[in-house]
Amino acid sequence: MAHIRLHNVHISFPLYEVAGRSLKKRLIEGSTGGRIGNSQDSGGTVVQALEGVSAQFEHGDRVALIGHNGAGKTTLLRVLAGIYEPALGTVDVQGQIAPLFDIGLGMNPEATGYDNILLRGLYLGLSKREMRKRAPAIAEFTELGDFLDLPMRTYSLGMRMRLGFAVCTEIDPDILLLDEGLSAGDASFVKKADARLREFWDKAAVIVLASHSETMIRNLCNKAILIEHGRVVCTGTVESVLERYKADSSSVALEP
Amino acid sequence: MKPASPQQGHPYAEHPSRRQTQRGFWAMQQIRQGLHATNLHKALADLGAGLRQVELWSTMGMQEIGDRYRRSIIGPFWLSLSLGVMVLGLGLLYAGIFGQSIDDYLPYVAAGFTVWGLISGLVLEGSRSFIDAERLIRQLPGPLSLHIYRVVWTNFIVFAHNIWVFIVVALIFGVQLSWGTLAVIPGLLLLLLNGVWIGLLLGLISARFRDVPQIIASVTQLAFFMTPIIWKPDMLSGRTFVLGANPFYHLLEIVRGPLLGQAPAPEQWLAVGLITVGGWSLTLVFFSVYRWRLAYWV
Repeated sequence: MAHIRLHNVHISFPLYEVAGRSLKKRLIEGSTGGRIGNSQDSGGTVVQALEGVSAQFEHGDRVALIGHNGAGKTTLLRVLAGIYEPALGTVDVQGQIAPLFDIGLGMNPEATGYDNILLRGLYLGLSKREMRKRAPAIAEFTELGDFLDLPMRTYSLGMRMRLGFAVCTEIDPDILLLDEGLSAGDASFVKKADARLREFWDKAAVIVLASHSETMIRNLCNKAILIEHGRVVCTGTVESVLERYKADSSSVALEP
Repeated sequence: MKPASPQQGHPYAEHPSRRQTQRGFWAMQQIRQGLHATNLHKALADLGAGLRQVELWSTMGMQEIGDRYRRSIIGPFWLSLSLGVMVLGLGLLYAGIFGQSIDDYLPYVAAGFTVWGLISGLVLEGSRSFIDAERLIRQLPGPLSLHIYRVVWTNFIVFAHNIWVFIVVALIFGVQLSWGTLAVIPGLLLLLLNGVWIGLLLGLISARFRDVPQIIASVTQLAFFMTPIIWKPDMLSGRTFVLGANPFYHLLEIVRGPLLGQAPAPEQWLAVGLITVGGWSLTLVFFSVYRWRLAYWV
């Protein structure tokens, strides 16, 4: 059974200012007799992005991460993905994770559409052979036709999104991590994409979605976690967490 | 693991007097975490998992080379062409300056430049490997060694183009093939194996300290002149420690020697063996301790 369990996770980012990153500064400080305490302090502040976050994502959970900009949603998603390993706390992952934070990730504007289908597939962890097998179906779904033989820089934004969407929904991971959902391009395509998206979502055992869109959260999720300033404020049903979020931030409402 | 906070309460509480200890606390925490035995396992697992993603890094490498020369007619063979021009020009000039016979000196320079191109590419691009892959590292979980293998692979492809310059020169000037020539295969493999640790170590340090790539660039430039590439070891009278202590010389010689038909001396293999073992040991320690911090640095 796929799951992710976080226990007391702390994530902090040291902020290296331009000077703090330079070896020269370190050396000069050392030679001018600055105390270690001082020179460490001069490196700047530590941004505490997550503080003591504990959460469980179990089989069948569709969890929405709710919070203001900068509350720590994206950082939490990256922890779930295994990109940031916490300095304190434990992360227990069971199952194959697919983070789809950026569907255009790793795409090469100079390469053709077909090349990018292959490349994006490799990034998602599929093999070349598998991608060659799936490429015709992906190509057909995008409706891009002969454009797939042209470099991707000739594509419009919508066409690129179609391509990214088509490749990314081709995989079937256990755990799906999304930042602001998947956009599929223009209106006519969205209809077609909806069915595929539903099927894609149903396949995943666990979904974690960071979003500001209330409709999306209500339609898609069965649980929610409210994060403020890097801490989990409350966990529960979508309804109760949304209510709490609105109560806390009466001035800032969610998008309808 | 309990936070090493002397006081009760939260170790990260924003309190002005505790600001200073915070950095120290995190530094200690990093090292303690890093030296834990599981981290060595994770580092080794990273290297293994990266290697298994051969399809990804080879495709990335190929595309990178393709991008550099897209829409140019002879494509990557510009690499060979510019090297050829340089070898010819410099070879003729310095053969005159040093009073060397061209038959002997031109193949020597061609081999030297070809192999040096590989070494300096591994060092320079290796040190930028993680910085250049910043976006991928923050979006894509997976082995970090992937980015190093990509650099090594890209440089190997460049080498495979450059080697034709040497082959042409060798054919024209009749470089003798011998059994020693076969040593080029283990020599090259050993050089690439060293390229992996060099990239990992320099890449990690450079991601944290952004001046380091600049330092490395100037050191590499100096090393080009300190290493016998346009001059020959036997031109040195005395001061041979300059050669013995130069790791670039040993790494260069185990590939150049065989190319010119001479198997490297046992001391040469030994020196490279020591560089390999020493470099990898140091890198494994660094990689174990700081591998998990890299995503925070880029």
